[in-house]
Amino acid sequence: MLKLLSGVLGLLMLANAHLACAALSIEIIGAGENQIPVSLVPFGGDQTLGLAINEVVSGDLQRSGLFRLVDATGKSPHEPAEVKYTDWQLRGAVALSIGTVGTQANGRIEARFRLMDVVKQVELVGQAVSANDGQVRAVGHRIADLIYEKLTGNQGVFSTRIAYVNRQGKMFSLLVADSDGYNEQIVLKQNEPIMSPSWSPDGSHLAYVSFETGHAAVVVQSLYTNQRKVVADFRGSNSAPAWSPDGRQMAVVLTRDGSSQIYLMRPDGSDVRRISFSGGIDTEPNFSPDGQSLLFTSDRGGSAQIYRMPVEGGAAQRMTFEAGTSYSPRHSPDGKSFVFTHLTGGRFFISLQDFQTGQMETLTEGGWEKKPSYAPNGKLILFASEARGRGILATVSSDGRVKQHMFTQSGDAREPVWGPHL
Amino acid sequence: MKKLVISIVLLNLLAACASQKPQETTAAPAPAPKAVEASTAPVEAAQVDPLNDPKSILAGRSVFYPFDVSAVQDADKPLVQAHAKYLSENAARTVRLEGNCDERGSNEYNLGLGQRRADGVQKMLVLGGAKTAQLNSISYGEEKPRASGHEEASWSQNRRTDLNYAK
Repeated sequence: MLKLLSGVLGLLMLANAHLACAALSIEIIGAGENQIPVSLVPFGGDQTLGLAINEVVSGDLQRSGLFRLVDATGKSPHEPAEVKYTDWQLRGAVALSIGTVGTQANGRIEARFRLMDVVKQVELVGQAVSANDGQVRAVGHRIADLIYEKLTGNQGVFSTRIAYVNRQGKMFSLLVADSDGYNEQIVLKQNEPIMSPSWSPDGSHLAYVSFETGHAAVVVQSLYTNQRKVVADFRGSNSAPAWSPDGRQMAVVLTRDGSSQIYLMRPDGSDVRRISFSGGIDTEPNFSPDGQSLLFTSDRGGSAQIYRMPVEGGAAQRMTFEAGTSYSPRHSPDGKSFVFTHLTGGRFFISLQDFQTGQMETLTEGGWEKKPSYAPNGKLILFASEARGRGILATVSSDGRVKQHMFTQSGDAREPVWGPHL
Repeated sequence: MKKLVISIVLLNLLAACASQKPQETTAAPAPAPKAVEASTAPVEAAQVDPLNDPKSILAGRSVFYPFDVSAVQDADKPLVQAHAKYLSENAARTVRLEGNCDERGSNEYNLGLGQRRADGVQKMLVLGGAKTAQLNSISYGEEKPRASGHEEASWSQNRRTDLNYAK
């Protein structure tokens, strides 16, 4: 079904793809300016696996907004020798993905994938991609990454993971899922709130806020062993954990000395030292990619705005001046801009501001849109939104052109954060 | 996928609705601020704990706020002062002050705001004679809304500090 829809993508303005799956449904709205026309031929060999991989690759490439999928119906080359380039030139494709897939005796899925340049009539990349039994989506994401990297020059993020919180009544779950929202796994489930998940830079741990001790405390949990450690549990509230880029420090917000202030500590909770000194609420610290400064939210000027300060402490500089209030800043991976939540006129927007020009750009239409975070390649932004009365996950391309909504099966999805490359 | 199915089985209720247990109505704190005061309290305290008297001002357990404000409003000061007096006369009682916010703002900002609300009530209780050891202020931010709508009728319910006495 997805492939049929993809064929109509030439209409350009609106592409709606509903991926039939128990976990969630996805809607894609809008299209990039210069989409690369690429055709994906379902892999030969095990056709069921071939179609499953094709669906994952198609979904990934469409979601990026950078590709237009050219209908492959009626042609099914699987080896370079079987490719008639004129066929694909006539259909308007510049690149063609072909290959075969099968299951080995040990149960591993192995795909042999090639990307052909239809214009130059050469192979752009060829690679064997394998994964454990049942991990067909991982194979698809890896192939989508290879296509994306070869055709755009940027690193793909389809194989990365996201974390988010799902709230259903009084039950809270901390979940980790593939970047497209599928393949979700429960990290923690409890009937007390969970907030603010934050990935360690190597993707091995999540820090988050849990109310399991009766108030907000910061917990660090290994995603490999599930071992958990409460690392900040002082009087009042302990929250907003953020990792330094080298993983050696964590910024947290504590109220142990009065109002919410920013502290640094080691990720094991030792060596706690205060770095912000305002009478107001200082919260949501986020390290710059070079580890030298922090963006954070503060109401020290009378309303919540974004500020920046050196990591070692010192004078803070106000960054946002637009009407309304601003929250939840996060640096772009290249450090040149930041995204944040902008509340104005009773609506929340996802906005982006360039450090050099100070100019703000609003990326979304507005509504209940909160907590933006960049994909590690800086090309997509993940955030919490609301549709049909429920909290959902959404992405927008960093140029604001392509938006996607991901509906989980039930409950309210919130607090999403994009994980690093593994 | 398997885990997802399990989660659906366990989480039977789609709760787009408020899930807090019913507590006092909003109107409770406001009326009859000077009805029960110093002269009667010691006499009654011997027989009936005024905390359990539904007619007492102490039956009010919530303080409400305007948007993005953490100072106790004039309308609620008699309530907080009555609780301060009660705590000063009942040293064994402890109370948890739970700050809450509406959903506008980020949830981390609101966690800070809720903490400031609870701390403000704590400060007023201490000034009124309660001991710090009787008090524990925490914040739920916007995480435990009493009402779930996206409008002022719900928000005004959610901007509050609850005085939650230990049993």
